[in-house]
Amino acid sequence: MSSPTEGPANTGSFVTEEALQRLKKRHAAEARFKLYGQLAIGIAIVALVALLVSIFGQASSAFSRHVLSYDLNIEASYVDPEGTRDPDAIARNVSGFNLMLQDQLADEFLADDADRNDQRELYGVFTRLAVLPIARATADAPETIGSEQIFNVALADDIDLFLKGGVSARKSVEIGTVAAGEGSTEDGVTLTLASQDDAEKLSAALTELTRTDVDDAPAVALIKAGNTWYRMESSEGRNLSLTYLAGPRVLPAEGAEMEALVLAQSQENRTVTDRQIAWTKILQTQGRVKSVLNTSLFTNSDSTYPELAGTAAAIIGSLLTMLVTALLAIPVGIFAAVYLEEFAPKNRLTALIEVNINNLAAVPSIVFGLLGAAVFINFMGLPRSVPLVGGLVLGLLVLPTVIIASRAALTAVPPSIRTAALGVGASKTQSVFHHVLPLAAPGIMTGAIIGMARALGETAPLLLIGMVAFVAEVPDGPMDESTVLPVLIYKWSTGAERAWEPQTAAAIIVLLVFLVLMNLIAIILRRRFERRW
Amino acid sequence: MDGNMEHFTQTKSSARADTASAPIKVDCQNIDVYYGDKRAIEDISLEIEDRSVTAFIGPSGCGKSTFLRCMNRMNDTIESAKVTGKIFMDGANINDPAIDPVLLRSRVGMVFQKPNPFPKSIYDNIAYGPRIHGLASGKAEMDEVVENSLRKAGLWEEVKDRLQAPGTGLSGGQQQRLCIARAIAVSPEVILMDEPCSALDPIATAKIEELIDELRERYCIVIVTHSMQQAARVSQKTAFFHLGKLIEYGDTERIFTNPEHGRTQDYITGRFG
Repeated sequence: MSSPTEGPANTGSFVTEEALQRLKKRHAAEARFKLYGQLAIGIAIVALVALLVSIFGQASSAFSRHVLSYDLNIEASYVDPEGTRDPDAIARNVSGFNLMLQDQLADEFLADDADRNDQRELYGVFTRLAVLPIARATADAPETIGSEQIFNVALADDIDLFLKGGVSARKSVEIGTVAAGEGSTEDGVTLTLASQDDAEKLSAALTELTRTDVDDAPAVALIKAGNTWYRMESSEGRNLSLTYLAGPRVLPAEGAEMEALVLAQSQENRTVTDRQIAWTKILQTQGRVKSVLNTSLFTNSDSTYPELAGTAAAIIGSLLTMLVTALLAIPVGIFAAVYLEEFAPKNRLTALIEVNINNLAAVPSIVFGLLGAAVFINFMGLPRSVPLVGGLVLGLLVLPTVIIASRAALTAVPPSIRTAALGVGASKTQSVFHHVLPLAAPGIMTGAIIGMARALGETAPLLLIGMVAFVAEVPDGPMDESTVLPVLIYKWSTGAERAWEPQTAAAIIVLLVFLVLMNLIAIILRRRFERRW
Repeated sequence: MDGNMEHFTQTKSSARADTASAPIKVDCQNIDVYYGDKRAIEDISLEIEDRSVTAFIGPSGCGKSTFLRCMNRMNDTIESAKVTGKIFMDGANINDPAIDPVLLRSRVGMVFQKPNPFPKSIYDNIAYGPRIHGLASGKAEMDEVVENSLRKAGLWEEVKDRLQAPGTGLSGGQQQRLCIARAIAVSPEVILMDEPCSALDPIATAKIEELIDELRERYCIVIVTHSMQQAARVSQKTAFFHLGKLIEYGDTERIFTNPEHGRTQDYITGRFG
């Protein structure tokens, strides 16, 4: 070890073997610690990305939906049988509009001898209530009766889901052309494929989609020949025996194009029947099934039908609730914090109050719901399910958060500012309101908005004060029955139908957008205030 | 302030001989200060002359800052502090509960150890005091108060073009002069300075000392300092504190050349403290 050229003798100890060893250890510890930190950040980022990807992935299908699109002559005999042209009567006459569309579909797809089960199956491709917007539009403009109008009617959620790739695993196979055909629509048809290769392709697809873990659940094939749809019952070499499903009731001509839709599940095991699939496919080839932006997600209120349910009422409910919460929690919280921090004498009582405020911040939110139910509803007699009560409960819930954040912000203001103000003869109140509070404002606002964000996402206390009620109308004010976004999400997530799943994810995104907006406002306000100094 | 301001700023004080006949501005009688159970000041009586600089010296923790803060009742803001005794200012006892400390502090300005300008513009820093006391009506009058205060603090030439710039953006010495200007702006009679130069470099310190020398023509100035040289340079009277007691008080020249107490001698010659 060569020591540095000059200096006191003991500088040599910095470069001894032992010292270098120690240094190495210290560097290693540093590197290790840095690695732990990066690892922790990495885990957090991965978790966040996974969350967002899964929610957006789930929700993506909810932002578009399929509608049945018909140009129909609005006949007075259906929609206004009395001939009064009374808008209220027309708007109420949902059945009339419904029947008009049902008859149109029956004309196209059902044989004359169709029974009630056939009708029910066909009419199941859309929901009765889906014609409501058309009924309302017609009521607003009764002169359109008798003229041709575009009917855009939401398809039933299961059909919509099927078109989006849900309901059953599937595979489309081109199987060439018809070589020969015999039989009748009523008794069954046998079609012969033009090539052996295509027959093998079809049976390969069937084998591929047949589940091996369940006995006796073979995949099924729906065959389209020309414009007619059949279900394949069995096959022997190139010969397929088929049952008629939908489309022209004639035997396909020789050389007609054939196509197979192989589905993993037979119709007993799925929510959409073979015939409904065939009808939808035919409507799709006619251009009568369109994919549109699902605006009803934002304009509609809650519904028992997922294809009609929207978040409008919950968004307004959430906003009204937040308004009440903000009006209660922010001023009360800030004044409590200012008093405790700047004016209150430091004695046992204030110490006790402080401890209890900190404890309150840790009380489970459902307890606040119980309190709200007991005090606001039972004792004060306020109505259930209203934003006023929800806002009051959430206000109490976030009050400790606001107080704690505001106090922290006030403590962070250097005491020299207070003494400076007092030194030029400002009173205590003047020093607080002229100097301390403006300096603490960014911190206080951040605390307040974090508190509000917490309130926005709160579900449990609202369940206890009845905000879980089914609300089909947008609330008019804080005393109107309403629900809020997180409760709506909770309710939708418990829905039995598969279509609720993307719907729930979409509602979660709406909630997240609100949270991001609030945080953005917080950041902008902070910047503004800080720039003033 | 009145009209002879121009004359005032141009007159450099040249002597410290005119102090002998100065009237008494502050008369402290039997002051005791307790912090909880701890007695920080023990029975101090002291007379401070008007239009002169009185320096408080002593080792750390001897109570000189505490005593200084008695004179504008800043100790009231400390919850555990209790002050007994009487302090007469122009004949009125300022420790009387009937006296509002807010009014007292408009007559007794204070400059702190660390420059503490408000995080506002230079203009607003000065204008704040006059504004809350209603000393200026209208913008023109306020502009005049701000200019006069800054001139008296010797800062006008440096900041006149950027009055709207933040006060916290000035250098340390300028900030301290801004704080002095802020104290002057409310037309006080007494200015208390609690180690005003301890956070400043020698050049800024020299400027502040020069300023103090000028200001004493109009104000009664009390300064707490750790620097013996500073006390010797700027003050006419010096009080030496030790362990909460006033050990010696008298003309600065005499204290530094011929102290009566051995302890004072030890402290100013650097044997302890």
